[in-house]
Amino acid sequence: MNDHLLSILIWLPIIGGFVVLGLGNDRAPAARWVSLVVSLATLAFSIPLYTSFNTGTADMQFVEHTSWIPSIHADFNIGVDGISMPLILLTTFTTVLIVIASWQNVAKRISQYFAAFLILEGLMIGVFAALDAALFYVFWEAMLLPMFIIIGIWGGPRRVYATIKFFLYTFIGSLLMLVALIYMYLKSGTYEIALFQGMPLTLREQTFIFLAFFTAFAVKVPMWPVHTWLPDAHVEAPTGGSVVLAAIMLKMGGYGFLRFSLPITPDASRELDWLIITFSLIAVVYIGFVALVQRDMKKLIAYSSIAHMGIVTLGAFIGFQIVAHTGKTSGVEFGLDGAVVQMLSHGLVSSAMFLCVGVMYDRVHSREISAYGGVVNTMPKFAAFMVLFALANIGVPGTSGFVGEFLVILASFKANVWYAFLAGTTLVLGAAYTLWLVKRVIFGDIANDHVRELTDLNGREFLVLGLLAVAVVLVGVWPAPILDAMRVTTQHLAQQILVSKIVP
Amino acid sequence: MNGFNVAEFNAGLHYATPEIFLGLAACAILLLDLVLDDSRRSWTGVLATVALLVTAVLSAVQPVGPRVVALGGLFELDRMAQALKVVTLITVAVVFVYSTDYLKRRAILKGEYYVLGLFATLGAMALISAANLITLYLGLELLSLCLYAMVAFDRDSGIAAESAIKYFVLGSMASGTLLYGMSIVYGVTGHLDLASIAMVIRSGYAANIGLLFGIAFIIVGVGFKLGAVPFHMWIPDVYEGSPTCVTVFIGTASKLAAFALAMRLLPEALGASQPDWSQMLVVLAVLSMVIGNVVAIAQTNIKRMLAYSTISHIGYILLGILAGTPQGYQAAMFYMISYVIVASGAFGVVLLLARQGFESDKLVDFKGLNARSPWFAGMMAILMFSLAGVPPFIGFWAKLGVVQAVLGVSYTWLAVVAVLFSVVGAFFYLRVVKLMYFDDPTDSTQIGGSTLMRTVLSLNALAAFVLGVVPGSLIALCQHVLP
Repeated sequence: MNDHLLSILIWLPIIGGFVVLGLGNDRAPAARWVSLVVSLATLAFSIPLYTSFNTGTADMQFVEHTSWIPSIHADFNIGVDGISMPLILLTTFTTVLIVIASWQNVAKRISQYFAAFLILEGLMIGVFAALDAALFYVFWEAMLLPMFIIIGIWGGPRRVYATIKFFLYTFIGSLLMLVALIYMYLKSGTYEIALFQGMPLTLREQTFIFLAFFTAFAVKVPMWPVHTWLPDAHVEAPTGGSVVLAAIMLKMGGYGFLRFSLPITPDASRELDWLIITFSLIAVVYIGFVALVQRDMKKLIAYSSIAHMGIVTLGAFIGFQIVAHTGKTSGVEFGLDGAVVQMLSHGLVSSAMFLCVGVMYDRVHSREISAYGGVVNTMPKFAAFMVLFALANIGVPGTSGFVGEFLVILASFKANVWYAFLAGTTLVLGAAYTLWLVKRVIFGDIANDHVRELTDLNGREFLVLGLLAVAVVLVGVWPAPILDAMRVTTQHLAQQILVSKIVP
Repeated sequence: MNGFNVAEFNAGLHYATPEIFLGLAACAILLLDLVLDDSRRSWTGVLATVALLVTAVLSAVQPVGPRVVALGGLFELDRMAQALKVVTLITVAVVFVYSTDYLKRRAILKGEYYVLGLFATLGAMALISAANLITLYLGLELLSLCLYAMVAFDRDSGIAAESAIKYFVLGSMASGTLLYGMSIVYGVTGHLDLASIAMVIRSGYAANIGLLFGIAFIIVGVGFKLGAVPFHMWIPDVYEGSPTCVTVFIGTASKLAAFALAMRLLPEALGASQPDWSQMLVVLAVLSMVIGNVVAIAQTNIKRMLAYSTISHIGYILLGILAGTPQGYQAAMFYMISYVIVASGAFGVVLLLARQGFESDKLVDFKGLNARSPWFAGMMAILMFSLAGVPPFIGFWAKLGVVQAVLGVSYTWLAVVAVLFSVVGAFFYLRVVKLMYFDDPTDSTQIGGSTLMRTVLSLNALAAFVLGVVPGSLIALCQHVLP
């Protein structure tokens, strides 16, 4: 079965999604249960990915390679390494949570709603597993369609604006990446990513390819200054949509930098690392301040996501500065490790935060911070969870948020104290906006009548938040399994990016 | 050209079996239609569709080598001709299936629609198989004249008559320009037959200034028939003014014929002058992509929107042709076929929604289609995403192919322009999806259409999806016919 594990992970949710779609919107209970079964089964199939994973090699594992479009040499070539495997697990785990969390909250077109999320899950796993650039691109773009529909149908009042902005922003970036991929295909005669990574390229070629990738991935991450679609998309998306966006879609950008930009264009990455590092630090500092002044809870968390993803891109590219300043390569993999852990942790924490907002929104139908206050008095269990996730968002030791930020700041320190200083402001600013949010929403006296009428978590909500709380604390206290799984891969990547690809 | 030889002419007749059959069938159906009374008028449509399918089979089973010239050097049969003919015939058959309901509901179900359609198809086939400028022109005129009449077919409609006149006047001018260009080429090379023209040019006439003039006129004519900017003025008005079932004919079958016209004239006859016409096509392609995609945004009528969308897609097809490489021609052909599949489906949905006295050709008529019919909303969404070039639909592979072709000849800036304007294009296709899925319906009428039409339409749209997931066979076909 391990031979076809990844295929199952990709196609099971997609086929399941079409089955749910076929049930029609009139059979809501059936749609819910089928979705739950499909998402649980996918989660179950993803567990062997971890248990049978060989942590001793940087090679691709669970590889499947069959011919797909022979006439253009594009293959159905999938596999995982230490970077993509944890992200796939994150995807399957998050989808189960979304299905449970959305059980009662969707008012219309229920089967289409669940179907969209299942199809999206399969496509996202495909993005992380693809080893062929054409296949990667197909999954990468196809993923936009369900998300477009999710925000557009079940979103808030300005959903149409938000969803079209989301689609066009990400589409324009991706198309430039497509031109770069075709360019490399014409040079090498194949779409295999591994061969792209080994292909010699001049600095000029690398620079153009790097910039093309940069537009695609920077929009997805999103990096300042192309981040403006994210707050709109998050605010308008239904809770489930926000969770997928924050937990997984943003990770695609970070994953793209690690899988494409760094290994395919190492020399251009070295030359242009100032670009990424500057944008990342701006994201950390400036967007941190922007988050501070938000009145809408979802917007605040969206900006906090941008700041946290700044740490990811900083960690991915800080290695070049370490080498430039110290002449040594030790510490490069800290940045890469930190980037991956930060992606996983942010996936858990931001989905938890959005689910918390969703819990309150379902009761009060407002996302304004000023509509709340003193929630702890009526929802003590919920308040406990919210505070835990807020602490994880700050990066308090013992939560998952700490590990990644610590590793990245450590790596920045090796490069230059000032990088570490600016990156470190994330801890201060993160604490400021998150704790202030908690203070205004959770604590204090009951300020509004509808807060007085709030009921605490029901069993379903408790289950979802409880699972996330366990995951957040587990990764925070004992990150070793994840770090072990990806160590060899990140070490390999660290070596790969320090070797010039320019042919003398 | 050699002298005419009756025995040789007769010996080559079997190469034209499909054309001969279709011509006879069209005459027979015209006569038969006279004796049918109005209650059995739909038989004409059935017979016409069957005739097309039989012709398609006859065409498909012909054993075809690389290239055979027959009928005194007027007719040629190669793999491209065979493939284009089969696609054209099937497309017209599908168009006929879509048309029947529409014509019935408009009370304009006349046998002439089908007979004119059959003769137009015959013209397209002659054009596709032309080995000589005369046959090329003959086929083109047979096709065009039938189309002019078809546009004016709903004789009580003022707007249709206006469109027909516009189409006729501009179309005749374009034909004249094309003919003028052909006559210059004949004057310079002394040949009418495509292979001889190519040979003469290759022997050192490529830089001849007279020939360049001829090429410029030919490009104008071809650009007009394809609908490339700046020769696109007729497209939006004709698309909007014609009965929708004629619009879909013009938008699909006649575009295939125009593509064949371009392929026969440019690479086949004028291949040695490729650097010259390629530069002219760059201008047409960029303008078409820019104007087509940008102006489509402002449209409120879906037929007009699809008209500008056609213009932009022609720009992309020209990218493949101007590359001047076999990969480019293959990509252009793949693009053309995939465009025809998608466009016939999109117009099919418009035809499906049209009812008695209600054209349903405004964009707002698509509001809330998902609530009225989730299935056909899904089909239309597939088609729109395919036109936008989003994977995993067929339109994506078409765009990939032409971008690959222009990158292959180092036109990187052209590739970047092409992809950037496809983002502009994505906007108005998304707007249709937005109307269908995100808005509430203003109209709750049951979706009509016969079972046959619904089935064919569903298969048509699903083809855009299935061929998008596994495009290998169609790409391989294009590589096979244009080696």
